Amino acid sequence: MSDATLADSRLSLRDLRGSPGRRRRETAIRRTFLAAAALSIVINLLIVLSLLDGTVEFLRNVDPSALWSRGWFPRRGLYDIKTILAGTLLVSVIAMAVATPLGLGAAMYLSEYASRRTRRRLKPILEILAGIPSVVMGFFALTWISPEIMQRFFSAGSFNLGAAGIGVGILVTPLVASVAEDAMHAVPHSLREASYGLGSRKRTTTLRIVFPAAVSGIVAALLLGFSRAVGETLVVSIAGGGSGGSLFTLDPTGPGQTMTAAMTALATGSDQVKGASDAFSSLFFVGALLFLMTLALNVVSERFVRRVRRRY
Amino acid sequence: MNATRLGGVDTAAVVRSTLRGRSHDVGGRAFEGLLLLALLVAMAVLVVLLVDITRQGAPLLLERGTDFLTSKTSSLPQRAGIAQGIRGSVTIVAFVILIAFPIGIGAAIYLEEYARDTWFTRVINANIRNLAGIPSIVYGLLGIALFVKFAPVAGFTGGRSVVTAGLTISLLVLPIVVITSAEALRAVPSSIREAGFGVGATRWEVIRSHVFPYAAPGILTGTVLTVARAFGEAAPLVMIGAATGFLSTGSAGFVEQLRGPYTALPVQVFDFSTANLRAFGQHSAAASLVLLAILLLVNGAAIFLRNRYERKW
Repeated sequence: MSDATLADSRLSLRDLRGSPGRRRRETAIRRTFLAAAALSIVINLLIVLSLLDGTVEFLRNVDPSALWSRGWFPRRGLYDIKTILAGTLLVSVIAMAVATPLGLGAAMYLSEYASRRTRRRLKPILEILAGIPSVVMGFFALTWISPEIMQRFFSAGSFNLGAAGIGVGILVTPLVASVAEDAMHAVPHSLREASYGLGSRKRTTTLRIVFPAAVSGIVAALLLGFSRAVGETLVVSIAGGGSGGSLFTLDPTGPGQTMTAAMTALATGSDQVKGASDAFSSLFFVGALLFLMTLALNVVSERFVRRVRRRY
Repeated sequence: MNATRLGGVDTAAVVRSTLRGRSHDVGGRAFEGLLLLALLVAMAVLVVLLVDITRQGAPLLLERGTDFLTSKTSSLPQRAGIAQGIRGSVTIVAFVILIAFPIGIGAAIYLEEYARDTWFTRVINANIRNLAGIPSIVYGLLGIALFVKFAPVAGFTGGRSVVTAGLTISLLVLPIVVITSAEALRAVPSSIREAGFGVGATRWEVIRSHVFPYAAPGILTGTVLTVARAFGEAAPLVMIGAATGFLSTGSAGFVEQLRGPYTALPVQVFDFSTANLRAFGQHSAAASLVLLAILLLVNGAAIFLRNRYERKW
């Protein structure tokens, strides 16, 4: 009797492995989560595939000379790339002209000057601004920024790229501010203390020590902001006045077309896309260009962000 | 008292005033003011925006009252309302909650709790970061290609329908859900996990009973903010053909309505302000006000949750 119980009570490797049912459940759960994570790869592939498919179809059917012509008029078969690229760049540059001083100024104040209490009070301004939907900003750009700023000071028309650019800039400001603030926040205190120890003032410390130390992160913030501005859609659709196409223009006081606004114009209203026409597949062509531009900007800014992380 | 005097100047006084007197640094003060100005300009823009939209939209809301909220789309300004838009947006958010949240949180759990640092994990991470940076309008194109034009799937979604919209927005917010949830999971200290492993729990048991309860407030805050994003997003919906102008659902059943034409609240704002600003400008502002009020409520809920349940380690 005693022999048998002793043998049974001896601990073997089997006992440490746990019950098979429990282990099977463990594997199943692990695989489910893995599938959820791997879905991101599938989505990315699907996006690339669908853009590629439409682009190939578009380039096969459209005369190459239509891609470099007088303007962007899909209904007349004119798909001038430089028109929508120029519009996009113009709007993005105006947006960054607004977002760079506002975003970096706010970031510097919050990171270097604000006490913990003022920080807690002022930060929500940026958070609320970040939560404004772009349709609402588009409406604001058309009904306030355009008449009160662009028409009053620059004698612009009621639809103009300048108002759209300013609206996009305001939308991008919170993003620039938050990334730049993170970068300056990551600068070690010892650097500031060393600077004070040498007798420099707060302003000198901020501009000559903290700013250069955080410069990679600040560049990343600006690149991310630019990327967001390039992809911003509805503000330009509403306030830019590009429905129905546009001639090549670099005039911020007049209407014009950006890549994103060209896409919404194709999908609604004046240039309503029908079935499998060339105009429809041009959507995917413009989308592919947009995808590549933002991808390049994001990859470069990612590099800069990583450099900050590695250093501190 | 014998003050040290050098060339008739009270050195002690000079040193004292230089050390104490912040007021001497006029340039520094001006610089600080300039920085503060950036924030004040941002605040001023916010105030002007809210005042402007209230000024334009409030009269209509006051005059029509709940009628504006319960009326359907119409080509007549005095009858047009946003009932269908609110309904569409709520349906889209329901899709996001049912699809994007479980998948996104699952992916975050895998990346934070299971994955080792292999090339595969790095690929997944790079993919998620890339997805988060793609402009929303490109997701609209994915929606067209996958849910509207691709026949096997389109048969199920019904083409340009609220199902398509819900699925597209779910894909759009998925990377945001993953990133915010992963952050919340990362904030849970590893000692909590080790305690679980120490008493013989398996990885899943540790996650379910130890990690998840502590990460839940953070995950919840992130997901609530995602709901706000899903509610205000219009660009991909415009691409995949949310109805602009008149929309009639008639007496279709629930499933038919899901697969039929639809609109959403931000799309209606877009529609009102592009179709005919003179006739519908007020409507656009009023719909914006309703949209902002809803977003404020949702964001307020997120801040409340964060303050109520946030835990510092």
